[in-house]
Amino acid sequence: MNEEVIVSGRMNQMVDPHLHIWHWQISLYLFLGGMAAGILAIAAVYYIRGRENDYKTAVRLTPFLTPFLLVIGLLALFIDLRHKLFFWQLYTNIKLQSPMSWGAWTLMVITPVSFIWCALHIRDIFPSWDWKFKWLWALDEFFNKYKKALAWVMLIYAIILGIYTGILLSAFNARPLWNTSILGPLFLASGLSAGAAATLLLSKNEAERKQFARIDLVMIGIELFLIVHMFMGFLASTQVQIEAANLFLGGQYTMSFWIFVVALGLVIPAILEIMELGRYHIPVLVPAVLVLFGSLMLRFIIVYAGQVSRWLY
Amino acid sequence: MRYAMAVDTRKCVGCSDCVVACQTENNVPIGYCRDWIVEVTDGTYPQLEMEIRSERCNQCVNAPCVRCCPTGASHFADGGIVLVTQTECIGCGACIASCPYDARYPHPDGYVDKCTFCIHRIKNGMKPACVDVCPTKCLYFGDLDDPNSDVSVVLRKRKYKTLIPEAGTKPQLYFLI
Amino acid sequence: MTTRRNFIRISAIGAGALIAGAGSYKILKTLSKPEELKNLKLDLRRTATYCEVCFWKCAGWVYKTSEGKIWKIIGNDEDQNCNGRLCPRGTGGLGMYYDEERLKTPLIRVEERGKQVFRQATWDEALEVIAGKMKEISAKYGPESMALFSHGSGSAYYTTLFKAFGSGNIAEPSYAQCRGPRDDAFTLTFGEEVYSPEITDIRDTKCLVLIGSHIGENMHNGQVQEMSDAIDKGAVIITVDPRFSTAAGKSKYWLPIKPATDIALLLAWIHEIIYNEYYDKKYVEKYCTGFDKLREYVKDFTPEWAYGITTIKPDQISSTAKEMSDAAPAVIVHPGRHVTWYGDDTQRLRAVAIINALLGSWGRRGGFYRPARFDLAPVKLPPFKAPAREWSDLFPGKYPLASLTVSNAIIDATVPENNPAYPVKGWLVNGTNLISTIPNTPNTLKAIQNLDLLVAIDTMPMEITGWADVILPECTYLERYDSLRTGPHRKPSIALRMPAAEPMYDTKPGYQIARELAVKLGLQDYFPFEKQEDLLDWQLKQAGSSLEEMQRLGVKNFERDADDLYFAEDEEVEFYTDSKKIELFSPYLESLGFDPLPRYTQHPEPPEGYYRLIYGRAPMHTFSRTANNPNLTDLMDENSVWVNPKVAKEWGLINGQYIWLKNQDDIVTDFSVKVRVTERIRWDSVYIVHGFGHKQQQMKRCFGRGVSDTQMITKVLVDPIMGGTGMRSNFVTFVTEKAGEEVAS
Ligand SMILES: Nc1nc2c(c(=O)[nH]1)N[C@H]1C(S)=C(S)[C@@H](COP(=O)(O)OP(=O)(O)OC[C@H]3O[C@@H](n4cnc5c(=O)[nH]c(N)nc54)[C@H](O)[C@@H]3O)O[C@H]1N2
Ligand SMILES: Nc1nc2c(c(=O)[nH]1)N[C@H]1C(S)=C(S)[C@@H](COP(=O)(O)OP(=O)(O)OC[C@H]3O[C@@H](n4cnc5c(=O)[nH]c(N)nc54)[C@H](O)[C@@H]3O)O[C@H]1N2
Ligand code: SF4
Ligand code: SF4
Ligand code: SF4
Ligand code: SF4
Ligand code: SF4
Ligand SMILES: [Mo]
Repeated sequence: MNEEVIVSGRMNQMVDPHLHIWHWQISLYLFLGGMAAGILAIAAVYYIRGRENDYKTAVRLTPFLTPFLLVIGLLALFIDLRHKLFFWQLYTNIKLQSPMSWGAWTLMVITPVSFIWCALHIRDIFPSWDWKFKWLWALDEFFNKYKKALAWVMLIYAIILGIYTGILLSAFNARPLWNTSILGPLFLASGLSAGAAATLLLSKNEAERKQFARIDLVMIGIELFLIVHMFMGFLASTQVQIEAANLFLGGQYTMSFWIFVVALGLVIPAILEIMELGRYHIPVLVPAVLVLFGSLMLRFIIVYAGQVSRWLY
Repeated sequence: MRYAMAVDTRKCVGCSDCVVACQTENNVPIGYCRDWIVEVTDGTYPQLEMEIRSERCNQCVNAPCVRCCPTGASHFADGGIVLVTQTECIGCGACIASCPYDARYPHPDGYVDKCTFCIHRIKNGMKPACVDVCPTKCLYFGDLDDPNSDVSVVLRKRKYKTLIPEAGTKPQLYFLI
Repeated sequence: MTTRRNFIRISAIGAGALIAGAGSYKILKTLSKPEELKNLKLDLRRTATYCEVCFWKCAGWVYKTSEGKIWKIIGNDEDQNCNGRLCPRGTGGLGMYYDEERLKTPLIRVEERGKQVFRQATWDEALEVIAGKMKEISAKYGPESMALFSHGSGSAYYTTLFKAFGSGNIAEPSYAQCRGPRDDAFTLTFGEEVYSPEITDIRDTKCLVLIGSHIGENMHNGQVQEMSDAIDKGAVIITVDPRFSTAAGKSKYWLPIKPATDIALLLAWIHEIIYNEYYDKKYVEKYCTGFDKLREYVKDFTPEWAYGITTIKPDQISSTAKEMSDAAPAVIVHPGRHVTWYGDDTQRLRAVAIINALLGSWGRRGGFYRPARFDLAPVKLPPFKAPAREWSDLFPGKYPLASLTVSNAIIDATVPENNPAYPVKGWLVNGTNLISTIPNTPNTLKAIQNLDLLVAIDTMPMEITGWADVILPECTYLERYDSLRTGPHRKPSIALRMPAAEPMYDTKPGYQIARELAVKLGLQDYFPFEKQEDLLDWQLKQAGSSLEEMQRLGVKNFERDADDLYFAEDEEVEFYTDSKKIELFSPYLESLGFDPLPRYTQHPEPPEGYYRLIYGRAPMHTFSRTANNPNLTDLMDENSVWVNPKVAKEWGLINGQYIWLKNQDDIVTDFSVKVRVTERIRWDSVYIVHGFGHKQQQMKRCFGRGVSDTQMITKVLVDPIMGGTGMRSNFVTFVTEKAGEEVAS
């Protein structure tokens, strides 16, 4: 028998008996950030490829969600900070090695970009709106002129944001479950999938819906592939990573992960979408909501389970 | 200059004096601690072995907590001591999540706190509070660049290990075995 | 129970914030900013003290912040007891001062005894009530019918008071519940006791044998420090303990003895040492008597014989005997301290003394040194009149060798059914929590119900204060002067305790309490100094120092009169025994009808499904006195019951589960206790740390945390030689459900 006891009764709050420093705020922040990244990336790609008119919802309408997603996400992050009065310190420092710093700055760029993108499409949505100020017109004109450049900026930062939501966690060597390079692509795919699901929900155009169901399917496929790879990687690795994987393979997070993330969030919506493409009539609401839910649960479970996984010494 | 500490696991009795001494010296609020004692027993009755370790921040050379800090609040000070500047810390918790030794905790006032190697004492020529109080004198402190420092001397004489060297943090807390 | 425990945790945190706020928090707040370190200017006023968290009495300094708040307590470098390093309890001693649940004013009982309904009173009123009752008892039954139980530094004043009053019934639990058998056994053998701090020369020993003595958990500071020095120097440690103690973890040999069989092991060792001619022939010849009788007596006590009794393998017995002799005379077979285990303890400690004599360690470097102490000039007092009846007259003929008052005998005498020779009607209890200190609590409570007066002087609302008629709140040791510490050590020394802060609340120092009571009893002549500082200054001036000097130094060491720490080569030594020699065979014991040579007697074994309850110390606590200390409960807030994995499996117990214990007399613990499944204990015993399971609700941090070993100790094996209460003869079993109660969580 091996017995390990902390005799001094260490009881550091949020650290003992196991780490629980990050809660729903971070999970939500990662989900909203990932979803916004997905939406903006898709909008930018279709705009750049000149498919704006085929996928009107994706390029013009769905992005209207992103300012809200990003602001709520930032708010969640802010709520999570314990020394709030000093939050501005995030923006007096650029720390290239800190994913948190990357995230803060990325959001600093992409949030205004998302606002501008929406502003450029306000007229599409409220055509009869009367723009009172001259300078607004000027501004509108300016950005319209450089809309392509703006789309590129948006695309790049959206991808950074999407990957960042995964990297934030995978950069932590200390938490074996997080410490896998697969988390970045996985969260990006999940974000894109959530972005596609958002358009699926909002679009009234049959062709567009079909296209986004296909995108979603591809993303789900990628996610499943990455998940399998992640476990294979863990199980072929050191003891600590095997233990990390075991959290999902018989350990305390097994049920929630396989039911909420894999079954409800990936497999079932995938089946439903295949059926939809195969001309069965499925209310579009169901797979789209399931995908969003699965994407949220993925963040929750990875954030929480990662804090349980630790080095053994 | 490279400050380090060595803990003699053969002498440490796990009394936790180093923990209370740190709490009073540094006003660590009750319910929190910067150092703690781990007691590991291996074997089956009556063939048993025991190792007792007084643990704290390892003042890693390759400190993930410094790397991941978005504001620079976590930084290296003289002699490689990893410190947190309270007025730069936003309490994001990234450093806590990044430390493989769970050596940091969120102070109830919001910032993150950890062992400072009692830098306020070493600057005044004293040893850290835990080192000075330990009844078994099993804690050794000093500058590794000084071959005559307590820690250099004892590390030359004895076998030692560090915790989770495979995490690549280059810890500066040595455990004499 | 969940909510209550959470509440306790939360309030503990609240208290922490309070303390942090009160300390030099503001200054330290910016400490991690290096630039600001340079301007760090703490007004480090420090005051001298010696620690009262246990009886080792380490001298230290109390540091205060610039706002004058107590910040920390640090050992005094000059002090031999601590060498500048306090133990965790001493470092956390400030928690006693900051504990917001302290006794705050004198209290007088208003409802029936034990119901714990009190009203606040003024000091004058409370002392008036006590003095009135004492006079009444004295008039009706004689002054001897008042008894004093006391432990700690205040004892001196109340002792003076009681002697002046005319009673010699003055008892400390440190005798019959603690060191009594050891000191009597060593006195029988060497003519001298081993004192406190013990005269064990551990720092220079080559072989340290610990029989039950669990140094490292028993945090008696100097010994822990010296054991560590000995480890550094490569000393061999041999630990005899049914439990893999911390010391066992540092030992070359761990002998996991079957409890209650130590005498058999000791006899086998003596056999080995004699028949292998390991003993120090010159020493034995020169200093000892009775060797031939001993030699003859142990002839058949072979390692094989002991194996059947102790479960320790013969080769382990032989090789450890060899280790000891290889190291001799720098070997210590440690006498231990809390030695009241099985009722034949004086005999067991005699065996320990005999081994040390055979190995020639008494008076030798690395063995036992000769102590020196500073003798203070006595204050001239009116003579005490000898009490008409002594404590030993209570039960004529009992405990003939008791060298100090047997506390449990006084308790027994308070119960009229026990037919004491004269009645005991009033108790003054100072600094001892009799309810968790004296075994067989039902008996103690029965005695209390027969009292006309019970006064408790304490700092905390402990179990004993709940039963009192009048409670007097003493201020903590950080708020008062006390007697000078002059205990023995390698060099004579004096240490001062002075207040670091004014007494908080309506509390008073012990000296003042005793003196004011003396005034009310018309005995003020026995307290000629109104202020203790004047007394101390007078005493110190007689000693060539002064209060002012001691306030600066804290501790003053003196040189020994002669270089006689150890026996000189071929020194003629006169021992204070009848024969003036080390008595291996004790004619005195024989004359009183006791075994002149230690005898192994078999003790009852636990019945099926029961386990022997053994207990000990945790390094971060002192008995019950630290149970509510915020700093120390932070380190350990409950005890756990250690269970061998085999036993756990049999009972289906899992690590961390909460259960109750039930003893052979069907007494079930008041509270539940956490199971610790560990290989570190034999399968015939379970282990808990003493001092937990408090029932006193005013102590919120410790109420209901863990269980009390004392509650399970209802069977007591009294040592017929000196009255010590053997407490390890109780057997417990596990109870996983208790009607109407939930386990704690
Ligand atoms: N079951 C069991 N019983 C035991 C033991 C055991 O291990 N198990 N150990 C035995 C031994 S070895 C001993 S020495 C005794 C110790 O027995 P005690 O000395 O009675 O031990 P404590 O329980 O600490 O009680 C001390 C009391 O003094 C109070 N006190 C603390 N400081 C002060 C002060 O400055 N002034 C005053 N007036 N009061 C103060 C505390 O609040 C507490 O009520 O217990 C013995 N009894
Ligand atoms: N931290 C701390 N230190 C203290 C105290 C304290 O309260 N807290 N109290 C001080 C006081 S007053 C005293 S008297 C001392 C007491 O300290 P010790 O003299 O060391 O106490 P013991 O009760 O003899 O030792 C307890 C050990 O005896 C073992 N044991 C139990 N039964 C047997 C047996 O049958 N045979 C053998 N060989 N071993 C057995 C137990 O497993 C346990 O390890 O501690 C002192 N030091
Ligand atoms: S004070 Fe020393 S002996 Fe005690 S636990 Fe700390 S390091 Fe170990
Ligand atoms: S032990 Fe943890 S907190 Fe300390 S330097 Fe290393 S990573 Fe940072
Ligand atoms: S909590 Fe403070 S010190 Fe830690 S990473 Fe965040 S800002 Fe840096
Ligand atoms: S070095 Fe100082 S801050 Fe670090 S654990 Fe020791 S006492 Fe605490
Ligand atoms: S051994 Fe510890 S508790 Fe006892 S007097 Fe010394 S410092 Fe105080
Ligand atoms: Mo004791």
